[in-house]
Amino acid sequence: MAGVRPDYVRPLDLKHGRVDMTHGSGGRAMAQLIEELFARHFDNEFLRQGNDGATLPMPTGGRMVMSCDGHVVSPLFFAGGDIGCLCVHGTINDVAVMGAKPLWLAASFIMEEGFPLADLARIVESMARAAKEAGVPVVTGDTKVVEQGKADGVFITTTGVGVVPEGVTLSGDRARPGDVILLSGTLGDHGMAIMAQRENLGFSAPIVSDTAALHGLIAAMLETGADIRVLRDPTRGGLATTLNEIARQSRAGMMLEEEAIPVNPEVAAACEFLGLDPLYVANEGKLVAIVAEADAERVLAAMRAHPLGRKAARIGAVTADDHHFVQMTTGFGGRRIVDWLTGEQLPRIC
Amino acid sequence: MKYVDEFRDGKLARGLAGAIAREADGARRYSFMEFCGGHTHAISRYGLIDLLPANVRMVHGPGCPVCVLPIGRVDMAIELALEHGVTLCTYGDTLRVPASKGLSLMKAKARGGDIRMVYSSADAVRIAQENPDKPVVFLAIGFETTTPPTAVAIKQAKALGLKNFSVLCCHVLTPAAISNILESPEVRQWGTVPLDGFIGPAHVSTVIGSRPYEFFAEEYRKPVVIAGFEPLDVMQAILMLVRQVNAGTAYVENEFSRAVSRDGNLKAQDLVAELFELRREFEWRGLNVVPYSALKIRKEYAEFDAECRFPLAYRSVADNKACECGAILRGVKRPQDCTLFGTVCTPENPIGSCMVSSEGACAAHYTYGRFRDAAA
Ligand code: SF4
Repeated sequence: MAGVRPDYVRPLDLKHGRVDMTHGSGGRAMAQLIEELFARHFDNEFLRQGNDGATLPMPTGGRMVMSCDGHVVSPLFFAGGDIGCLCVHGTINDVAVMGAKPLWLAASFIMEEGFPLADLARIVESMARAAKEAGVPVVTGDTKVVEQGKADGVFITTTGVGVVPEGVTLSGDRARPGDVILLSGTLGDHGMAIMAQRENLGFSAPIVSDTAALHGLIAAMLETGADIRVLRDPTRGGLATTLNEIARQSRAGMMLEEEAIPVNPEVAAACEFLGLDPLYVANEGKLVAIVAEADAERVLAAMRAHPLGRKAARIGAVTADDHHFVQMTTGFGGRRIVDWLTGEQLPRIC
Repeated sequence: MKYVDEFRDGKLARGLAGAIAREADGARRYSFMEFCGGHTHAISRYGLIDLLPANVRMVHGPGCPVCVLPIGRVDMAIELALEHGVTLCTYGDTLRVPASKGLSLMKAKARGGDIRMVYSSADAVRIAQENPDKPVVFLAIGFETTTPPTAVAIKQAKALGLKNFSVLCCHVLTPAAISNILESPEVRQWGTVPLDGFIGPAHVSTVIGSRPYEFFAEEYRKPVVIAGFEPLDVMQAILMLVRQVNAGTAYVENEFSRAVSRDGNLKAQDLVAELFELRREFEWRGLNVVPYSALKIRKEYAEFDAECRFPLAYRSVADNKACECGAILRGVKRPQDCTLFGTVCTPENPIGSCMVSSEGACAAHYTYGRFRDAAA
């Protein structure tokens, strides 16, 4: 056996292939579509950063971040939130994990003919509330209506803009061997809240989505002055996908400790029941931080002092690995790979 | 959750690992086949190989329902969806099984086929009920565990008077597959696949009981330990097998006595017998045609049999020549031995069925274990 073969993916068949559901799952199929189609044609230095938002130089000096996110969740209303607050939180988080202070949002609505106005009002009110609480107003928008059957209720796309303070540089390619991986709380709450509702699991204690705006927590972490290399929110595709993205961008490996990863017991039970792995389930109010070893405890303390980081934990470390494998020591002391998500784990969760 | 945690205790596992290392005779090798995909998954997911001494080797068996589904059967399902306007319902991983012409059910869906993933056969009945104008077919796959729910679905459809529901039955039988492996020349004559014992299925055995394995233990002199799918169950079963091999015994032991009895679930067995009968033969991916190894729907229920309702013919389709799934499912080769592994064949682009379900040997090794090849 001549070592492991490098990650090989058969090129997309742009002539005969079709978009299938795996292209939206956040896994390797989606990464491939972005790489071989979008990134290839749009190619520029900012897109090449490969982060959830682009860091751009402002003509007047300083740096700004711009990020954009489409929301197609079904059901539109779920325990702990709805598509309205979700799209506000999601975009604020994508801007904030780049180290920027989020300032403004834009929102575009695609509505299906026949959609009840009462539901639309609920969604817009929830959006407005979330934006107000976060202090990030929706300053422009657009509305379109399509015929019945051409959309599913309402789809919302939000764009966010923010400004990066002097001295802050966060990017997915900055993880270095020896760095520590921190996680801000329990995994899988959002994805399983949606799933439990869709499948009518009817658990005695309902699972509640963790949807939340993380810019406050991030500000508290940055205030410590610690050397934070990467921040990212593990949404679609879960923690596993996020860490694989970072490993690939930083050309490093990772080693996780299964026992250190916090998961709510109800979420673990629901995952067990549906045969899902919490590492791959979406979160909407959690972040991973990759931090220089010397600063790890300081950042962890700052996270735990914030309401959204109370259950923060140190879950592993960055390693030197030419294969860029994310690995994990299981609760049993055995080892396994924590791979990219394959196929589609959960339908339309964000 | 409490219940699950008790079977995932790392300390207990290390204790069992210590016992296996102490009791395994350093002068010999032990080779055990875990029949079920559920065990394969647990072994890979929890990294149990790392806890076993080097002379105890696990061979992955053919007990992954998705992996043994032949191309021709998936082709039939695709034909139903694309050419007969059928709403086709099936369990998740089945959607990704590679079929002919570069298609899979997932890709047929992108081509406009109405194909839906369901969590249970009851969901398929519900879809038929809600869409009385559309023919709905449930592609039923799996071993003895999933057969009773299919039977229940058919009975329910009958009780509801549904005229648009039928089943494409691909249910297969565990004992037939085990005998096929034990009868294979690699095991019987050439001895190229050393097999010292089996870890028997967990869920399947709750239905069929432990009695069917008594024949194998006796006839082929191979110990069988029926075990649950929790990692601790697997470790305990390996220890029990090591002990039997050391003592030179070959009988059926039941590690999973919290759920499995000798006779199994008689009610479920009766229900299955009422609706299904043996097929004279059935093609398995990897094992080829195995006599009396699968079920079909009885004539009395023909109106619920998609093979009777639609003009469908089964055509056997050979696997990609380079794919070693067959040899892997029989324990003759390991995933790393296939030249396509990890290059042309990955979980995103599975060439063979072992790369599809996380219970398949190739996918399990790719997803959880391929760092081991890097170290080798
Ligand atoms: S790696 Fe792919 S082609 Fe090779 S045996 Fe496994 S499934 Fe078949």
